[in-house]
Amino acid sequence: MSLHQFLLEPITCHAWNRDRTQIAISPNNHEVHIYQKSGNQWVKSHELKEHNGHITGIDWAPKSDRIVTCGADRNAYVWSLKDGVWKPTLVILRINRAATFVKWSPLENKFAVGSGARLISVCYFESDNDWWVSKHIKKPIRSTVLSLDWHPNNVLLAAGSCDFKCRVFSAYIKEVEEKPGPTPWGSKMPFGAVLAEFGGAGGGGWVHSVSFSSSGNRLAWVSHDSTVTVVDGTKGSTPSQLKTEFLPLLSVLFISENSVVAAGHDCCPMLFRCDDGGSLTFVSKLDLPKASITRNISAMERFRNMDKRATTEDRNTALETLHQNSITQVSIYEGDQSDCRKFCTTGIDGAMTIWDFKQNVINDIHWNEMLTRGQHGPQLKTRLSQ
Amino acid sequence: MSKNNDSNQFRKVDVDEYDENKFVDDEDNGESQVGPDEAEVDSLIRQGNLMEALQAVLKNPPINTKNQNDRAEALMLKVLSAFKSSDIEKAVQSLDKNGVDLLMKYIYKGFEKPSENSSATLLQWHEKALSAGGVGSIVRVLTARKTV
Repeated sequence: MSLHQFLLEPITCHAWNRDRTQIAISPNNHEVHIYQKSGNQWVKSHELKEHNGHITGIDWAPKSDRIVTCGADRNAYVWSLKDGVWKPTLVILRINRAATFVKWSPLENKFAVGSGARLISVCYFESDNDWWVSKHIKKPIRSTVLSLDWHPNNVLLAAGSCDFKCRVFSAYIKEVEEKPGPTPWGSKMPFGAVLAEFGGAGGGGWVHSVSFSSSGNRLAWVSHDSTVTVVDGTKGSTPSQLKTEFLPLLSVLFISENSVVAAGHDCCPMLFRCDDGGSLTFVSKLDLPKASITRNISAMERFRNMDKRATTEDRNTALETLHQNSITQVSIYEGDQSDCRKFCTTGIDGAMTIWDFKQNVINDIHWNEMLTRGQHGPQLKTRLSQ
Repeated sequence: MSKNNDSNQFRKVDVDEYDENKFVDDEDNGESQVGPDEAEVDSLIRQGNLMEALQAVLKNPPINTKNQNDRAEALMLKVLSAFKSSDIEKAVQSLDKNGVDLLMKYIYKGFEKPSENSSATLLQWHEKALSAGGVGSIVRVLTARKTV
């Protein structure tokens, strides 16, 4: 794992380009900074200044090389690289509250923006008028939309919101695509139809992040009541919820069809497994802290501590984890959603860390999958060696 | 203040009441949820069968109903104080995840209305429940919208 400290400001959101040589981050202000990898260092190459309010979401389309950003100024801009300069195009979202999240669809012909106006704006490019048009999904969302994820078929959209629910909508736009085939989530998909709704009903907290698996059959979300939930569309609609004993998680990502990585206020990414039966189990924390060495404090240090802090103890206030503050976003660095080898986390401490699944960890995950299918002996290997 | 007569009566208006999109929480009538059976729990305490008493008092938590809640809370406190300090850990281990979460809810409810000795026992229970449920169980107490 390699950590790079960009600045001391929190990184609100980040997005990678296709070959992972450039990263676009927003350092908790109105701008997007694009850093270019040169050797082992990251050098700032562009500054995108157009928004009037804090940037809340960035997404970089890998194939068409366009960046979409959304901010608290209720606007979204689509940026295209022309002659080495990023040029913005304003998108009228028609929302009266801040935008909170933005994501390109898999085919990159539309993108969805979640907002505090209790609606999702799905935008597509209308070539006759040469501008981006937005359509709203409003019912039955009753509070801020915090997170979105597209299904691989480019039509279904999962949304997690502050009304404690996670929903699957259809974002089918007839102007840009053909009718989609049936999926485990439903077959009739007019624009704005709710195909599934989970959560609420008593417990539950704000749904911070949602993620579809690479096949689109599984949907995972994390919520503020420290739970992770996975539902399998092919196996009926009972979600399998795991109540964790950690602080709430803020971001979740499928890294294979059966494994989910999530990270949040505990500043440490965690691995969860979802087996074929649909039940979710916690595997391990992925940040193994180095054993803290209790060193003998010299007399000089004792007196210095006494003078400075009125105590003779060696108080180390740094956290044991790599990240020193909450992790707000997890993204895939190498591989794709069906088989991820490296993933990246950014957080409020301004650091970006790339986590590497060493080969044996991946082997263990596959090993466990084979065991649960009964191809090998019943002895389950539960320890992940790193 | 308003321009023509310097009145600030408008400050007493609750604008959120008039918002047509106001979020109204789905009210779930906990009428069907009766509180734990008092007689059963009392008899179990007297018999000294404290583990059973704990399980019984955690069954059927009354959600959201006013007077039921207070009775259940008082009963809960009785059971928790009846335990010896050394037995607390074993009792917490015998609960499943939902049980630990429910226990945490009752503990925090007990903190809200302290009586003479309740805080000490509750703090002992809190320590053991925390090691079983982690900070996640406390987060679930804070984010739960159905109070026990």
